[in-house]
Amino acid sequence: MFKRKDIMKIRFQLFSLLALSVVFTSCEKDNFTAPKSVLSGNVVYKGEPIGVEYDQVRLQLWQPGFGKLAAIDAPVSQTGSYSAVLFDGNYKMVFPKGRGPFMTIQKDASAKDTLYVKLAGNQQLDVEVLPYYMIRNAQFSGGESKVNVALKLEKIITDVNAKAIERVSLYVNKTEFVARATNIVVTDVAGADVKDLNSINLTATVPAITPTQKYVFARVGVKIKDVEDMVFSPVQKVQL
Amino acid sequence: MKKIFYIPVFLMLLLSWSCNDDAFLDRPPTSILSEEQIWLDDSQVLSLLGNLYNRYYDIGTVKDWPSLGGFNEAFFSNAGSYGDFQNSGWNLDSWRTWDYTYIREINLFIQKCTAADKLSAASKDRFLAEARFLRASYYFELVKRMGGVPLILEPLTYDFGGDPSYLQQPRAKESEIYDFIISEAEAIKSKLPANATEKSRVTMAAALAMEARAAIYAASIAKYGVNTPQVTLTSGEVGIPATMATGYYTKALAAAKEIISGKAGAYALYTKKPDLSENFASIFYDKANNSEVIFVDDFKLKSGKVHGFTISNQPRYGAEEEEGGRINPSLNFVEAFEKLDNTFAPIPTTNAAGTPLYYTNQVDIFAGRDARLAGTVMLPGTSFKGRAVDIWAGFQLANGTILSGDDRGAQKTLPGKTVPEQVVGFDGPIDGFEFTAQSGFYLRKYLDPVVGSGQRGVQSEVWFVRYRYAEVLLNAAEAAFELGQTADAAGYMNQVRARAGLVTPLKASDVTFDRIVHERRVELAFEGHYLYDMKRWRIAHLIMDGNAINAADLSKDLGKATKRNTQPWGLWSYKIYDPASQNNGKWIYKVIRLSRVTGADRFQFGNYYTSIADEVINNNPKIVRNPNQ
Repeated sequence: MFKRKDIMKIRFQLFSLLALSVVFTSCEKDNFTAPKSVLSGNVVYKGEPIGVEYDQVRLQLWQPGFGKLAAIDAPVSQTGSYSAVLFDGNYKMVFPKGRGPFMTIQKDASAKDTLYVKLAGNQQLDVEVLPYYMIRNAQFSGGESKVNVALKLEKIITDVNAKAIERVSLYVNKTEFVARATNIVVTDVAGADVKDLNSINLTATVPAITPTQKYVFARVGVKIKDVEDMVFSPVQKVQL
Repeated sequence: MKKIFYIPVFLMLLLSWSCNDDAFLDRPPTSILSEEQIWLDDSQVLSLLGNLYNRYYDIGTVKDWPSLGGFNEAFFSNAGSYGDFQNSGWNLDSWRTWDYTYIREINLFIQKCTAADKLSAASKDRFLAEARFLRASYYFELVKRMGGVPLILEPLTYDFGGDPSYLQQPRAKESEIYDFIISEAEAIKSKLPANATEKSRVTMAAALAMEARAAIYAASIAKYGVNTPQVTLTSGEVGIPATMATGYYTKALAAAKEIISGKAGAYALYTKKPDLSENFASIFYDKANNSEVIFVDDFKLKSGKVHGFTISNQPRYGAEEEEGGRINPSLNFVEAFEKLDNTFAPIPTTNAAGTPLYYTNQVDIFAGRDARLAGTVMLPGTSFKGRAVDIWAGFQLANGTILSGDDRGAQKTLPGKTVPEQVVGFDGPIDGFEFTAQSGFYLRKYLDPVVGSGQRGVQSEVWFVRYRYAEVLLNAAEAAFELGQTADAAGYMNQVRARAGLVTPLKASDVTFDRIVHERRVELAFEGHYLYDMKRWRIAHLIMDGNAINAADLSKDLGKATKRNTQPWGLWSYKIYDPASQNNGKWIYKVIRLSRVTGADRFQFGNYYTSIADEVINNNPKIVRNPNQ
């Protein structure tokens, strides 16, 4: 049973809590509303998204007119999509120089490759770029602890800016995140050994997976000489 | 009665009458020295200079244990650091520094010291030379991390006129900063003492060692920068034209030769102790007549300037505090050490057929290797402070199963026995258990063998070596090699190698780029050189290319400059328990992929030069951004 003294104590604590909650109630005026307009889209070549590595390629959004500048980063996902939650307003969208397995498209001398975005509410915006290579028709097949892929490569940039293939790699992982750093097996073909861009075949032998799993995820990547980021095919679930 | 009260009040009022308000209120502070007082006396100027010395920037230092590990030369057995091995690289702002406050205060020191007229000419010259050394050192640090930066040599003052544009300086070219460092070193070297016993203040040898290092960095950026055309800016803030390489290599060789010739004092490789590994470890803690060390960050017990590097990294078993063992050198690093016949080979865990090799003593597996291995890494079966480290992962039973525990020194009952006994070392390795030797190794370099060094209340007074003679020799070797003087290069390298027990000399034709890279990696490991070396040779993006390492890759291409090093691996020892077998009680080793290592590092082109903060660029629009950012 509670003694009277205890009840008094509890009541006193309740009072102090009540007083505290009054003190900590915030004034509405000093809070900004959170940004809620979503700018999203894909990095595309002729409408087709360009696959890249998870958390490696990013877009930068700059909003001039508010004093000091700092970029808002929008990372590009494995499938080539990006999104950012922003306040409405005018933004400049660029890729940091030298990033991504592609060249940006120079529109004119003054704007260069900057995209001007006027954001009012949610907006879809695909960013058109010029990749060095596109992976076409990647056909994955699996069985008996092996993953095969047959693919074609299309060389998009063929002028003075053209670059050679350093290697073509087949990456296999247990989860949907498949990249250079996250994989259980890789098979490489050096660029010099790629004789016919229209018929490239790679095979990877999948090691034992614990706990046992009857499927893996695979994707092909192309490392272009002197370009840091690789271009990737979509991730494909392959039954073993 | 009232009168008795009034009289003292009246008296008090009378006495509290002051006569000279100014003299009474405007008194000089007793705790602050004024500008004029400072510049009267050598010892006061020296304490001012001491402040500037203490603000010297090191990318790696014993004051901050993780700064000396990193880049997969070691695993960090520290729960808070596992994230370093689970990400895929570094942010673009890693290693950023931009301390123009420090530069301004050195510039002020130089300005005021030049104007001071109460100091003797000799001490004034020395103070000025020291300040100029510290300023050049910091510009060196800036150019290594950020590329060319604004070169400010006067204290700037804002006039509060509302227009700060006259203070906004553009970035100098990368080569201009290196030229400045080299010319400063040349200008001050004769004003500094040529005294090999002076370690914590700048000497002639320190200035020359800085010059040699700066010139070799500039030269290699000029020569190898062509391999990474992406990492340049057309206006020269980043990147040095290839045509300048020979000039810089010549300067580096000349500066190094000036130290080697003995003109700057009697420096020599440290060779006091007969045990070559012990000798190598002693370079870093023997502070009495150490002929090798040129310039240090010194520490002193009971002075307030001590550090806890030994506390952080001491073997956990029997440690003086309930912590330690954080830096665990990786197997990747251990395998980089040559055999005594100058060849590379993996640590032999199995024979060619794949059957395990059995060793009578735990340390036998490392026999016949470069003495610097045991001098840098605490190997299983060796001891520290008179106590053997207890590193072993468990028992392997007759049927091949492993019996181990998940706590330090855990006990279990072996088959056929009734009493439980210890089945894993008190130093681990236990996967994911912090402070145990998770890679199978502890660090030895910079650990202080003095009793008490592992106690928080005492700490360590081991100095941090910024320049030492072996590096000067390696700089000379590299410069001579690049200038085509391969016989000289071999001569310099062989001195360093002979001290490590590699007594078969390299021939002139044996010296290659790979050899130069390898020698610096093993000699100067955990001293803050690895990152800068990888950067200036433009091989960082090849070594850390973002691909995971598998067991087969690990032992391939040892000694190759661009060998992949993206994840730290471990090597665990097991004791055989099989009373029926002749191998009972012997040791086997297994190569281990650590479960906490899930990421693989990728060094981006944008990491070669750290990004400059947006804040800086907003304040000074003349600053251009670094490439790939």
